[in-house]
Amino acid sequence: MRSHARIGFVLLLTPLVLWLGLLIIIPHIDMLLISLRERISFGVYEPSLAQYQKALTEPLYLRTFWRTAVMSVLATAITLVIAFPVAYYIAKMARGRLQQVLFMLCLIPFYVSELVRTFGWMILLRETGLISNLLQWAGLADQPVEMLYNDAAMMVGLVYTSMLFMVVPLVTTLESLDDSVVEAGYDLGGGGISVLREIIIPHAMPGIVSGCIVVFMLSLGNYLTPTMLGGKDSLWFTEMIYNQFIVRSNWELGATFGFMLLVLSSVIVWGMLRLTGRTLQETMG
Amino acid sequence: MTPDLECVDLVKRFGATTAVDNVSFCVPPGSFFSILGPSGCGKTTIMRMIAGFLEPTSGDIRIKGGTVLDTPPNKRPVNMVFQHLALFPMMTIADNIGYGLRRKGMARDQIARKVDEALERIGLPGIGARKVDELSGGQKQRVAIARCMVLEPDVLLLDEPLGALDLKLREHMKIELKALQAEFDTTFVYITHDQSEALVMSDQIAVMNAGRFEQVGTGQDLYYRPQTPFVAGFIGEANRWKGRIERVEGAMLEMRTETGLAMRATGSGTLSKGDAAEIFVRPESIHLAASDAALSDFDNRLQGKVTSILFNGAASRVLVEDDAGETLEVTLPQTGEFASMERGATVHIGWRAAQAICFGGGD
Repeated sequence: MRSHARIGFVLLLTPLVLWLGLLIIIPHIDMLLISLRERISFGVYEPSLAQYQKALTEPLYLRTFWRTAVMSVLATAITLVIAFPVAYYIAKMARGRLQQVLFMLCLIPFYVSELVRTFGWMILLRETGLISNLLQWAGLADQPVEMLYNDAAMMVGLVYTSMLFMVVPLVTTLESLDDSVVEAGYDLGGGGISVLREIIIPHAMPGIVSGCIVVFMLSLGNYLTPTMLGGKDSLWFTEMIYNQFIVRSNWELGATFGFMLLVLSSVIVWGMLRLTGRTLQETMG
Repeated sequence: MTPDLECVDLVKRFGATTAVDNVSFCVPPGSFFSILGPSGCGKTTIMRMIAGFLEPTSGDIRIKGGTVLDTPPNKRPVNMVFQHLALFPMMTIADNIGYGLRRKGMARDQIARKVDEALERIGLPGIGARKVDELSGGQKQRVAIARCMVLEPDVLLLDEPLGALDLKLREHMKIELKALQAEFDTTFVYITHDQSEALVMSDQIAVMNAGRFEQVGTGQDLYYRPQTPFVAGFIGEANRWKGRIERVEGAMLEMRTETGLAMRATGSGTLSKGDAAEIFVRPESIHLAASDAALSDFDNRLQGKVTSILFNGAASRVLVEDDAGETLEVTLPQTGEFASMERGATVHIGWRAAQAICFGGGD
């Protein structure tokens, strides 16, 4: 019996170990090693920190790095502000069927691929697109308006892509908030804002933090949306990684960028948890 | 004296159903008023209308003489202790109690003093820094009351707050709630489906059924002088017989039951010969005896067989099947006289007409 249990345990553990080992740990060790070497000539490499030095001194790289970080934080904040009322409505105000239907409506856009969804925005926002034509027809613009290829369009795309990942954890935590606790807040003299600040938000904090972490990581690592909706000035850090690996075949610098992104997201997530006084265990468990 | 709380012709409809049907009552200052009824009778709806979470379809709610219909819940001089207490789990006990005072914009040191005072009053000094989930059920109960009482409301509403406690603690909290009410000297309006809670604590009880008040009175009124069949059946236990009136002599009636027994009872209301009627007799009003002779001064006497003994300490009962085949519940006195009673024994039972109450209808 004992040996059977042990075989079962090993069998259950194998996929996890394979997944972690082959797809996460080994590639990352390899990436780290690649990023820590310099190409001397064809097939000859030397260990060095030259890649990191280059990445941290070249203004374009550094600027893109910080821009990506700030824009991702901004996208996360905007997503939270839009998703919170939506989640509150779904969790607390809607009843029965309406609740299910609304939840489904949040989910349905994710039935199609991100590429198709992003094309949808392009159809709306481009020069010959729906909104441009509508503005001209209404007389608000006298020539075609281009709304694509700038930071605003990219932000719209990022927020839209991340929405569901914020709404789901928020709905889950808000649903567990007892209605009578909110009523007690009003009964004891609280107004809408103080009930929101002192009761609803503290209760929803685990959902807010986990939603923010997921959305932040998705935005930071997004490739498609910034490439398709962003302009020449809205270079995203993932695009630079892609360029180094695929276009320039400069694996050393690409791996360095990859590592910088990993460190950045870890630091910001850690900072977010510190700021809200939560542990990763509480948030994910 | 102006009543603390007055409801006038209160009606609440949800679509086609009438949850509260023309209810009027007054609660004098400083009294403990209970609304007692089975679940779904509309008592919670009344409470939520008083608190301001529901708007009445028609009628008026007055607190200290002034209408509060246009006052939102956060401005009404009433506070509510919720069924599951609804303490704020994200705050400490002191922050919970101070919540309402902070909303009033009171100075920080003043709040701290008031919170300490309130904790002192409920007998839990020094627990202010603790979290809600570190308290026991009874302590939470007291904190929930203190959280409302620091605001000095005109009326405190309590929505079945003892429901979640275990039996022993519930018995204890009944006495404690009554003591807290005297301590704070505030009007309490208490809703419950548990008659013993209502009977033990209240100055006045309203028995509610299907959206209406059946009877309002003291516990004794409801128990000894029920005015409707519902109250007679709901407060305490009762054996009941249906039948037709055969004779009327002033307040005394004689009814022939469906199984052919003649019974004497006291009538309430206007019954005359031939009317359909129903008689209620409490198990504790029925005397048990070994012989018929011992029961000679009782108006109603029966002979029967013990079919079952329901032993429950002081509240023990026996089930007696009479000759007509009907089963009666009779309280078994714990005086030692019937200690050797066994199933199948023949017993004689009797009760006075004054303790048998007869209502019309009953079909």
